[in-house]
Amino acid sequence: MRFAVVVFPGTSCEVDTFDAIKDVLGEEVDFVRHDSYQLDAYDAIVLPGGTSYGDSVRPGAIARLQPVMKEVKKAAEAGKPILGIGNGFQILLEAGLLPGVMLQNQNLKFICKPVQLKVVNNDTAFTSSYEKDEQITIPIAHAKGNYYCDAATLTELQTNKQIIFTYTSDNPNGSIKNIAGITNKQGNVLGMMPHPERAVDELFGSKDGIRLFQSIVRNWRESHATNA
Amino acid sequence: MQQMLEPNPTQIKDEKIYREMGLTDEEFALAEKMLGRTPNYTETGLFSVMWSEHCSYKNSKPVLKKFPTKGKQVLQGPGEGAGIVDIGDNQAVVFKIESHNSPSAIEPYEGAATGVGGIVRDVFSMGAKPIAALNSLRFGELDSPRVRYLLEQAVAGIADYGNALGVPTVGGEIQFDPAYEHNPLVNAMVVGLINHEDMQKGQAKGVGNTVMYVGAATGRDGIHGATFSSVELAEEEDEDRAAVQAGDPFTEKLLMDACLELVKSDALIGIQDMGAAGLTSSSAEMASKAGYGIEMNLDLIPQREANMTAYEMMLSESQERMLIVVTKGREQEIIDLFASYDLEAVSVGHVTDDKMLRLTHKGNVVAEVPADALAEDAPVYHKPSAEPAYYREFQAMDQDIPEISDYNETLIKLLQQPTIASKEWVYSQFDHHVGSNTVVSPGSDAAVVRIRGTEKAIAITTDCNSRYIYLDPEVGGKIAVAEAARNVVCSGAEPLAITDGLNFGSPEKPEIFWQLEKSAAGISEACLALESPVIGGNVSLFNEKGGKAIYPTPIIGMVGLIEDLSYVTTQEFKSAGDLIYLVGEARDEFGGSELQKLVHGKIFGKAPAIDLEVEVKRQKQILQAIRGGFVASAHDVSEGGTAIALAESLFGTNGLGAEVTLNGNETSSLFSETQSRFILSVKKEHQEAFEQLVEDASLIGEVTESKQLIINGAEKQLIKSNIKVLEEAWKGAIPCLLTSKG
Repeated sequence: MRFAVVVFPGTSCEVDTFDAIKDVLGEEVDFVRHDSYQLDAYDAIVLPGGTSYGDSVRPGAIARLQPVMKEVKKAAEAGKPILGIGNGFQILLEAGLLPGVMLQNQNLKFICKPVQLKVVNNDTAFTSSYEKDEQITIPIAHAKGNYYCDAATLTELQTNKQIIFTYTSDNPNGSIKNIAGITNKQGNVLGMMPHPERAVDELFGSKDGIRLFQSIVRNWRESHATNA
Repeated sequence: MQQMLEPNPTQIKDEKIYREMGLTDEEFALAEKMLGRTPNYTETGLFSVMWSEHCSYKNSKPVLKKFPTKGKQVLQGPGEGAGIVDIGDNQAVVFKIESHNSPSAIEPYEGAATGVGGIVRDVFSMGAKPIAALNSLRFGELDSPRVRYLLEQAVAGIADYGNALGVPTVGGEIQFDPAYEHNPLVNAMVVGLINHEDMQKGQAKGVGNTVMYVGAATGRDGIHGATFSSVELAEEEDEDRAAVQAGDPFTEKLLMDACLELVKSDALIGIQDMGAAGLTSSSAEMASKAGYGIEMNLDLIPQREANMTAYEMMLSESQERMLIVVTKGREQEIIDLFASYDLEAVSVGHVTDDKMLRLTHKGNVVAEVPADALAEDAPVYHKPSAEPAYYREFQAMDQDIPEISDYNETLIKLLQQPTIASKEWVYSQFDHHVGSNTVVSPGSDAAVVRIRGTEKAIAITTDCNSRYIYLDPEVGGKIAVAEAARNVVCSGAEPLAITDGLNFGSPEKPEIFWQLEKSAAGISEACLALESPVIGGNVSLFNEKGGKAIYPTPIIGMVGLIEDLSYVTTQEFKSAGDLIYLVGEARDEFGGSELQKLVHGKIFGKAPAIDLEVEVKRQKQILQAIRGGFVASAHDVSEGGTAIALAESLFGTNGLGAEVTLNGNETSSLFSETQSRFILSVKKEHQEAFEQLVEDASLIGEVTESKQLIINGAEKQLIKSNIKVLEEAWKGAIPCLLTSKG
């Protein structure tokens, strides 16, 4: 399986994401620049975290205008798995690939710490290796991760089981319904504020993030086996 | 238009206009002699900024010269952007600490942010990828609204700048004392990783080679910043505000990524950050170090404001800029490289063989000064030094043992002292995980960062108990280095080298110069004993307001090498049944201690004594025990003494407790700050091996499942506290102080 890790000016989590895919999963992975039009060769696309374009205007607002995002949209429509982490999640919101908006953290500060998440829906291409309602530990590191959407959107998210991760006891940023990660209606685009690529080795505090990447690979293999 | 307003050389001399720029009459006369004529306005500006303390170290050079700087591990000592130390396998670490005190006192957000930006550039200009940042902060007491504002803004500035760069902020320290009320200290340290073949120097070699300007455009911000940081703060803060620069971390990130690609190119001859004194220092120093000259056409300098004069361009401290020298004829490659990062690279001049810094602007030569005169030949002052009266008084005092009645209550109060209390409020605002190499996060003795792709790691710490240094600068200087080494050793590392951030008051005062001299002597002695040389640093003098100086604060940033990740050790107790050892015995030492400050509201007397031979022996033995796999946890005994070290070893352990017995004077055994001591825990099966290795270790108790800290004295129980209560007091103290009204 081949992954693309998309790098915008100001992206900073691309190396950890790349290594998690290459070293921990043992899958193929390339960096792809923001001005590239070449994503067809990839089976999955990751928009890693960071501060693309210095968060000018709004986080993700400039990144979504870059050439590569046309290709990301095409890939999303084709049903390929797209994962946005942190700033990647913000870019997916700005690009309209996921519903809702991101507000500043309720305490108005950047927050970096490990958080407890609940896997609300394990019936997705990103979470099938987790148990339903399993509690996992994955770190967050953001200043604007307070997810918000209107009532109608929230009902839709709930009805379609698009809420994938929630913060368990202690919501760090004030997000609506403790939301930490959502997918699109089709379930192939996931945006999440916690950083699974930082949780792939017990040495650094947790390896609960590995199974997210493993789920992507497993689902891809299964779907390709049945198609073959 | 502004150029027409510039005074001519005769006016500068007759009206003593150079004094406004910080030059003395003697210095101006010396500049005239070196030039063989009276300097014009721009040239006077060049001399004044290059001869400021910040750039020339003219007041501190005689002291700095005495630091030990050699060692087989040292690849680059003081003199370049940052020092470099070998870590084996063709890799090296590059690190330096730098102050941004004056800007942070005026405009804490931008001051602290640009402090991070500057030190990051120093490290990547050596060709190294920054892999960790730390900060060392000093503020007044948190009961002042102004201090709370300074703290909140400085922390936000560091966070917003550092987080956007993708460089993890892995540690640091903060202390609070009224001595820093008007002069907060913001020192930032960055560690970078480099392969030996990529090491760069800031040199302008080879006649005809091209001088290029890369990064952000030049504006009028920060003009004379280096001069401003070398004098006492003005009474009215607004007067100094224009000298504070504004930072743009996004441009810095692009510049960093571009420069790390640039250093792989063989077209690059030299590279230097435009830091303090901007274009002036980078061009003069690069030429001087290489023994060449540089000629620049200032019309070509990217400018973001209209009608800038030569003086303004040369003295601007606009951020996120670098000066590079590249092989003639290969400019286009460099332009293309920077363009791929959306950055400008512009040819602005060339290398000459006449050793002059020559500047042209609008067709005229506006400055022509020997590069060495600016970069090398600044006057050096051997300031008079005098032992202060307070020191003699303190030395004559008997040891004070503060009287306390309730040990449990005292323990809680000490845990709530902001210098001891949890700094989570601060470090949770820093991205300490980006890069996924942070093995030990902030809040421990030392941060531990894995070297990606290897089984090695480095331990990094910043330390300085300035109260001890105030009481006794020589002893305090030794302690600062020894404590840094203790922290590094406790994490499983062998100390490699240090960088020092020397923050002092005005060296014009003999008593302050004495503090500088004595503390440097103490630091040197400890560096020699611990085989950890000084590879670079920073000097920030004149930290005074209204004639009142800060405590002498030479901050020690130390890096140690962990040869195998299996050696990494943390301070938390691991499992019930493990044996608890105290290495070293408590003496009745409370001078400068947290308990003394708590009980008396001030500090006095003698600093705790330190015997470097004992220190070195204990550190070596403990490191050996750690490497042998016999140590479950290790923590140094520092502020607040043994009781605090024990409590800290239990925080975050989720349900463990400890019961120990301490003999001797009760108050001293609990809270004395006697040096060279450690709390270690050891699995029972390793008892014998451990005891054989660590001579001075005495078994004081066991880790329990009781969730309580119980400390027995020789005669009675001294402490019985619920860990949860202690931990809540420790964690809640700073957030509580910050939200309280006052």
